[in-house]
Parts: sequence; C-alpha cells; structure tokens
Amino acid sequence: MTDLVLANARLIDPVTLTDQIGGLRVRDGAIADVWIGAEGKRPKGVTVIDCGGMCLAPGIVDIGVKVSEPGERHKESFRSAGRAAAAGGITTIVTRPDTTPPIDTPEVLEFVARRAALDSPVRVLPMAALTKGRQGHEMTEIGFLLDAGAVAFTDCDRVVTNTKVLARALTYARGLNALVIGHVQEPGLSEGAVATKGKFASLRGLPDVSPMAERMGLDRDISLLEMTGARYHIDQITTARALPALERAKRNGLDITAGVSIHHLTLNEFDVADYRTFFKLTPPLRSEDDRIAVIEAVKSGLIDIICSMHTPQDEESKRLPYEEAASGAVGLETLLPAALRLVHAGQIDLPRLFRALSLNPSHRLGLASGRLMAGAPADLVLFDPDAPFVLDRATLKSKSKNTPFDGARMQGKVLGTWVAGVEVSGRI
Amino acid sequence: MTFRAQHLLGIEPLHPTEITALLDLSDRYAEENRRGVRHKDVLAGLTQINMFFENSTRTQASFELAGKRLGADVMNMSMGQTSLKKGETLIDTALTLNAMHPDLLVVRHPNSGAVDLLAQKVNCAVLNAGDGRHEHPTQALLDALTIRRAKGRLHRLSIAICGDIAHSRVARSNITLLGKMENRIRLIAPPTLMPAGIAEFGCEVFDDMEKGLEGVDVVMMLRLQKERMDGGFIPSEREYFHRYGLDANKLKFAKPDAIVMHPGPMNRGVEIDGVIADDINRSVIQTQVEMGVAVRMAAMDLLARNLRERRVDNRPVLV
Repeated sequence: MTDLVLANARLIDPVTLTDQIGGLRVRDGAIADVWIGAEGKRPKGVTVIDCGGMCLAPGIVDIGVKVSEPGERHKESFRSAGRAAAAGGITTIVTRPDTTPPIDTPEVLEFVARRAALDSPVRVLPMAALTKGRQGHEMTEIGFLLDAGAVAFTDCDRVVTNTKVLARALTYARGLNALVIGHVQEPGLSEGAVATKGKFASLRGLPDVSPMAERMGLDRDISLLEMTGARYHIDQITTARALPALERAKRNGLDITAGVSIHHLTLNEFDVADYRTFFKLTPPLRSEDDRIAVIEAVKSGLIDIICSMHTPQDEESKRLPYEEAASGAVGLETLLPAALRLVHAGQIDLPRLFRALSLNPSHRLGLASGRLMAGAPADLVLFDPDAPFVLDRATLKSKSKNTPFDGARMQGKVLGTWVAGVEVSGRI
Repeated sequence: MTFRAQHLLGIEPLHPTEITALLDLSDRYAEENRRGVRHKDVLAGLTQINMFFENSTRTQASFELAGKRLGADVMNMSMGQTSLKKGETLIDTALTLNAMHPDLLVVRHPNSGAVDLLAQKVNCAVLNAGDGRHEHPTQALLDALTIRRAKGRLHRLSIAICGDIAHSRVARSNITLLGKMENRIRLIAPPTLMPAGIAEFGCEVFDDMEKGLEGVDVVMMLRLQKERMDGGFIPSEREYFHRYGLDANKLKFAKPDAIVMHPGPMNRGVEIDGVIADDINRSVIQTQVEMGVAVRMAAMDLLARNLRERRVDNRPVLV
C-alpha cells in the first residue's frame, strides 16, 4: 500500500491542545509522521491530498452506541450504523449490550463481533452486560467476556439496585482490571418519570423527576468505588447538582470518569415543546442552567467524554403519547455538527472538543487512537467546521430516523473519514 | 367574532379576546337553555363523536347533551376496553375514525399530550375533554363563566385553588385562563401535591389553608385524584380533611361573599364538607354543571363555524 499524505490541514491536536496548519503521512494504517506548516514533505510515489486548510482531527470514539443487532435489525444493523458512523466522522463505535437478547454471554458477544467485522466500515468494540440479562441479580462471566473482546461492562440505563450485587461485581471487575460503566440515577425517584421536575414538566403535566435523583445515584456509586476500587465510567452526567460530587471523587483519586450525551449539551427541556417524542431521552432533557453547567464541565475536563448515545427507534415506537413513546435518539451522523454548535457559540475550542470526542474515550478504553502522533492508528476525520446545512432526517444513513435535529440549521460537514488509513465515508 | 382556532386543545393557545368571545356566546346559550329555547339547526347534519379513553360520566353526558341540543348526530365510544387493548395505536384509531369523516371529535385520554397528538392526524375539529394532567379547557371555561356570572367580572379577582394541584388538569387550565384574564391566583396544597416551579406562573403558593384563603373572592376546590396517585402523597384522608378540607371554619377566612366551586365529582368529607357543598348561598357547584353544557355548546358552535369556513375555502374536497 502506498503512503498517503494529508497536507495543508488545520491539525486539531487534543493532546497538545493546539490547532495549527500542518500535515501528516499515513503508512500501513498508522500515522508515520506529523509536521507543522503549510509546506511539508511531499515525496514522490505517495498519494497527496491537499486538505485546503480544513480541519483534520483524530476520528471520534463513540462510547454507548446502540446497534439493534441481535433482535431488532429493522431499527439498526452493523452495516447501517457503521455507514452512519463513517458519515459522521466516527471511527470507533463502542456498542451497548441492551439488545434482545442482551449481550451477556461470550457466545452472544462472538455473534456480535462476527457481524460487526463483516458489515461495519468502522471499528466496532462491543461492551457486555454487567449482570445476567441486565436483571441486576448475578454478575456475568466478566473474565470470559473480556477474553471474547468486551471492552467494558454495563447494564446501560438500568441501575443495579441491589447494592450487594453491584459491590461484588465491581470488586470482581477490579480483579480483572475491567472497566464498568454505570448509569447514575435513584430508580425509586425516577420510576415512571419522563421529564425533569420544574416549570416545563408542570406546564405540560408530565410525570417528572428531580435532578437530585442523578446526584443520589452518583453518591451511592462513589461510595461503592471507595469500597471496591474499581475502574468506573458514568455514561451521562447531565445536571449541575451532580458536578461537585464528581469533582470531589476525582480529587480523592478514585478511578472515575464521566460522559455526557451530545443531546444534553445542545438541547434543553423546553425543546420538547408540544410533546415532541423525538426529544424524549433517558435521562430526560434538563434545564438550561444544567446544560450550561455541563458544557463548562466538559470545557474544564471534569466531564471527560462526549458521546452520541445513539439509540435507534422506529416510527411506531415514537408515534405514541409522550409518556408511552420509546426513549432515545439517533446521533451518529449529527454528533459532530451538533458539537460544533458549542464551538460556534464560543463555549469550547476545537482541540478541547476533540479531547472529549476522541482522545479521552480512546484513553479510557486503553486504545492507541484519538491522537495525531506518529505510531497512532490512522483513524482520522477531515471536516469543514463552517459549512452550513439544514438537516433532513430522510437523508440519514441510520435505518431509524429519530433525530431531534430534523429541520435544524447546523454547521459542519465531514469531508472524509479514515479508518486505519482507508477512507470509509465514500466522499474522497 | 374573534375565535379562529381549528381545535380546542387547551387554554394556553387562546387569546383573552377569544376567551371572552367564547364566554359571551356561552352566556347566551346558558340563558336560552333556561328558557328552553332549542337550536337544532346549529350543528344540524354534523357528526359528533365522543371518544373517552378514560371513564367519565359527567363530562361525557355534558358534551352529549350539548351536541344534541344543537342538533348534531352524537355517537359515544368508550375506548377503555376496545381497540387499544387489541394493540391498535392511538394514531391508527384516529386515522380510522377520520376516514369516517366526523365533524367534531371530543376526546379524553389518560396521557398528557395525547389529544394534541390525535388532533395532528385528523381533519375535523377536536375538543380536548381532558388529557392526563395537562389541560381540560372546557372545565376552565365553565368555571370562568360561573365566576363571571356570580361576580359580574372576570378580572382583578382573588381566586384560591385548593387541593390536589399536582395531579389536576383542571388546575392547570384554570391557572392559565385566570392568569390570562388578570386575576390573582393563590394555590393552596400540601407540598407533596404542589407541582414544581408553579410559582413561576405568577401564582402565590400557600401550604396553610387559612392564610391562603384570606380575603379571596372565589374558593375553587379540587378533587383528591386518588386514581392518579402512585401512593403516599398524604398520610390519610382524615388528616387531609382536617388540614385542607373546606369547612365553615376555614371558609370564614375568605370574603363574606366568596363563592365555593368544585369541578366534581366530590369526595364529601375529604376535600369539602357536605354542609358547605350544599349551602345555596355559597356553593355554585350546581351552576358549574349547568354552565358546562352552555360552554360546550358555544365551543362546538364556534369550532363548527370555523370548520365550515375552512371546508368552503378548501373546495373542492374530493377524497
């Protein structure tokens, strides 16, 4: 394979937090060389792509993508999810085990790995359930699942309510140095709730939950971490009230990181407006104050990771009264343009954004990607941060079209996505 | 005439002049109902379907009577045990009905927002007869009419709404309507039954009933919605009655000529003392029921006028 040179690009480097013109050379699926300056090495016998001053960043690593295989392939398959990811500049998707059946045995995990290898143009790393059937009673075969390729263990949006079960699972996971991903919520409070307590929920007459339910879940899990010392990641921190507890836990040296979905960073509870079920998410959208606080936390690095929480749902499960409609939104293709809203609003700069989109998730999973440096895999995204467009959900590559951004004006188009040095978006 | 809406889904989208227009016409119907004047021509030839996904006797009867007085062909469907149990979605039910070309659809549903959803899928006029905890516009309008007739005006009144506000669509519609008409609204409830952020709607919030009732012109009691509670909002009905039930002692704190209202059905001895409910000098509860028919006649009359106009505008309609 001949070398590939990407020259004259704005290199967004999340390690050095710099944004400057330069180029890089790709050899054998890895980055061989990186340089700064518009001029550079353009040796003969290589393919040179002039990036025309557009942004080149490490490909996005998206933790928590629901691919509905096995069970609901009509909602999303590895092929459609992979193509959507490639179109969105995502080079690694880390899949959720909340499928039907759940991914809780090495056998099911092998099926997923095989399907993914066959059909997906981007890298797929599967997560497995923490407890059997995601029931919260008995831990899964964490060791076997690790051997089969599971990169993390999570019961997704189900909280393990039995503290003893969770404590044992965390202790056992620590012995294997496995990463556990939790959903922090006090289920007693949040049961049946579809909105965040406040003026909006009262106005619309929707069952609501106090944002404190997230803090209470977080407090419990932090105590368990002090007890067990496990490696722990929180899928989504969405409220201002939870941030001080997270900050304290990090300061006390616990092995804890946190993520947030792009939807909680760019939308608030009022976007639900007249019961628009495409805005029904888990946890529910929060107040504007919470949204701003969480953006600040991403900027400061307190919240480590931004993810899409890609959750495909078909029309039937969304065209129901709000309380009964399914929860979740697709996000693979809109993750980057939505995140760029924060950049255009001056709330975060590009290197810090890619620290949360690429470097931190990659680092947390122990991967080598997410960096623009020699030796790292050539997982890259080239994008125009300013190109405007109006999103038409019919054009999404996902099989399910349940995006909250339908008809939204957005900025930022992916020009090319490379996985191990191979262009996968079909745009170059 | 200033009422131009296609549906009556809630009080929130209405302008004060639209509310006044509705009430003015309701007033006329109320008088004519008393005199026994009938208007068989107003909705003649139109089909009204009452779809109740939640049990109701009073509201359904009121809508049925209103439709019949105006000459509509009225059909009642109680949806509790039919198609939804067979797995049909609300939207499919709506599309099925729509294909039968009804003109007025009166809908009650246990989920907030469900009537809005249904209204998006049909061509006829939809009247919200109560959706979850969201809105119950005809109830708020009949309450407003009752107040206006008793007090001679519908502005600058001090109105207390007491009881289970959290679970009440009646309270939400009333807060919206009375607020739009520039009244002072006081909400009285134990904190567990007070919705969050409600003070931001411009209401005064009280958990002490006697303080809340001080000097009010209207006392609006709400039913304790036991069927909507998933347990443990109040310790017991007798403690609730002691602290929040309307009796003669608490009513003393209101103005001497304050009227007492209740949307029904009443839990006597839980939120209201039977003696107060039956006191013809204070209680306007029976008037509320009477005004209910008049308000629903007016609402359907106005929606039918708009419907006819829209159909003329959109000719030819060949489906």
